[in-house]
Amino acid sequence: MIRLSLRQFRVPAIAALASLIAVAVLAALSGPDLAHAYAKAITACRPTGDCTSAMQAFLRNDTALRRTFDTLMGVVPGLIGVFWGAPLIARETESGTFPLVWTQSITRTRWLLIKLATIGVASMLVAAIMSLIVTWWAHPLDRAGAAAYATFGQRDLVPIGDAAFAFVLGATAGLLIRRTVPAMAVTLFAFIAVRVTTTFGIRPRIFSPAHQVLALDPDSTGFGSAVSLSSVFNSLFNRGKSSALDPVTPTIPNAWIQSIRVVDGGGHDLTNTVINATCPGVINGPRGGAPAIDGHLPVPQDTADVVHNCVAKIGATYHELVTYQPANRY
Amino acid sequence: MTNRLVQLVTMTNDMVLTANGLGKRYRRRWALSDCTVAVPAGRVVGLVGPNGAGKTTLMRLAVGLITPDAGDVKVLGGTPAADPAQIARVGFVAQHTPTYANLSVNDHLRLGAWLNPRWDRDLAERRIAQLGLDRRSRAGQLSGGQRAQLALTMAIAKRPELLILDEPVASLDPLARREFLDGISEVVAEGDVSVVLSTHLVGDLERVCDYVIVLAASRIRIAGTIDDLLAIHQHGTGPRDGARSLEDIVLGCMGTEVAS
Repeated sequence: MIRLSLRQFRVPAIAALASLIAVAVLAALSGPDLAHAYAKAITACRPTGDCTSAMQAFLRNDTALRRTFDTLMGVVPGLIGVFWGAPLIARETESGTFPLVWTQSITRTRWLLIKLATIGVASMLVAAIMSLIVTWWAHPLDRAGAAAYATFGQRDLVPIGDAAFAFVLGATAGLLIRRTVPAMAVTLFAFIAVRVTTTFGIRPRIFSPAHQVLALDPDSTGFGSAVSLSSVFNSLFNRGKSSALDPVTPTIPNAWIQSIRVVDGGGHDLTNTVINATCPGVINGPRGGAPAIDGHLPVPQDTADVVHNCVAKIGATYHELVTYQPANRY
Repeated sequence: MTNRLVQLVTMTNDMVLTANGLGKRYRRRWALSDCTVAVPAGRVVGLVGPNGAGKTTLMRLAVGLITPDAGDVKVLGGTPAADPAQIARVGFVAQHTPTYANLSVNDHLRLGAWLNPRWDRDLAERRIAQLGLDRRSRAGQLSGGQRAQLALTMAIAKRPELLILDEPVASLDPLARREFLDGISEVVAEGDVSVVLSTHLVGDLERVCDYVIVLAASRIRIAGTIDDLLAIHQHGTGPRDGARSLEDIVLGCMGTEVAS
């Protein structure tokens, strides 16, 4: 039965092998250069005593490939669930081949167990090899980025767990729905829903976080920032920003910063009403903040001055409250 | 008369299939209810009845693809699909003769060898050669008749004591149907195997079967050897009984019983 299970799996196995080889070749071609560039950057900056900006510069290496690999690590478990898990049983029930295999001299319990075991192990193996390659390739970037929590889902063991979960989810959906395409669709949506819920809803609540209080820095605080998909999910499951004021993320190495709130001495969040009362017209004026900060739009000097003065005034009563998981809890 | 025949067969010990008050329900509808039947060994039994009579349900219960909601069924003295040894004793060709479309003929023979301890490789290969099937072609590329023959080969090569065929020829053209039925006759002539074959085509019965069970509305209407049925009905007292064919007898007993 193991041989039959593997024989039926020949085409998907070839596809998986081809993708693994493609990823391995990409990683092997650029990995050594990346490691070399890292070593060079470190030896160059170490005598100066400050490697922060050198590391920021180094992180701009291979951004396209890094994004591709990180996306791949998120997507591959989902694909495994949709294309390997969902059809596993649904295809047999849909095409009516189960009476053929169930009347060979094998009980259907054994048939199911062996199918789940062989393809389940294959799913985890593919995720493991891919994770191994990407973790090895991204090692210099991860060290330079000092953001261990940011790549949590894309490195080491997590993709293997994701793949196992997605596969079982798909197989269960196929077993219950009995038709391949609807089972694939349900698997896809259920997998995304579970991933988003665990990442943004459950994971931040497992350990109570640490807090750090910082004064509002008028040099690095502005108004408005880019909206990303993860910030949308984050505000869905956790509290979003309370006001238009957008403090810059402090540098805490390898920390997982969950929120940066602007609060007063009594713990009340800053609101736009307070901003309007303190410095009228600033919210409706041109957006932006300190021009030197990455990700903020450059603004004319006079606007920057207005914002600077306003933040200084607010900073008299309000401060930044950073909620985070420190690196030593990783 | 029907009752007498049923009693006659149930008294014999050598039964390949016995059902007692057997029933299967799908949601609220009973696909088969209170079915009591006995199929004798060493025969080619034709199970006939109109669509929806419960033929497929009875056969699926007999091979253990589904489990009964009422009564019980015993095949070769055991519970269907209870263990691998029991499954090995029964060969089955399901309706529409399913095969794996993307596996080759060769792959099918291999999977038969992998999964069946009593697999007769010589028999399987001989049959495939006789049929002139290209062993490398995928099952999805075969014609309906060739696919049915492949499914039959797989069921035969596991060397079953009982072969159950669920309307194997229903979707075949007349030539393919004849070839398939001849294949069954060969198997019966070659070895010690009982066959139960369901059909709604009485012509098929006369070609291969020597025993008939008529099922209508999940009840047995009549059961007996074709010779007995013909003899009894030809000696009947009705004005047209003398000239009745098997088809007339079968249709007659489906129709009157369903109507009553």
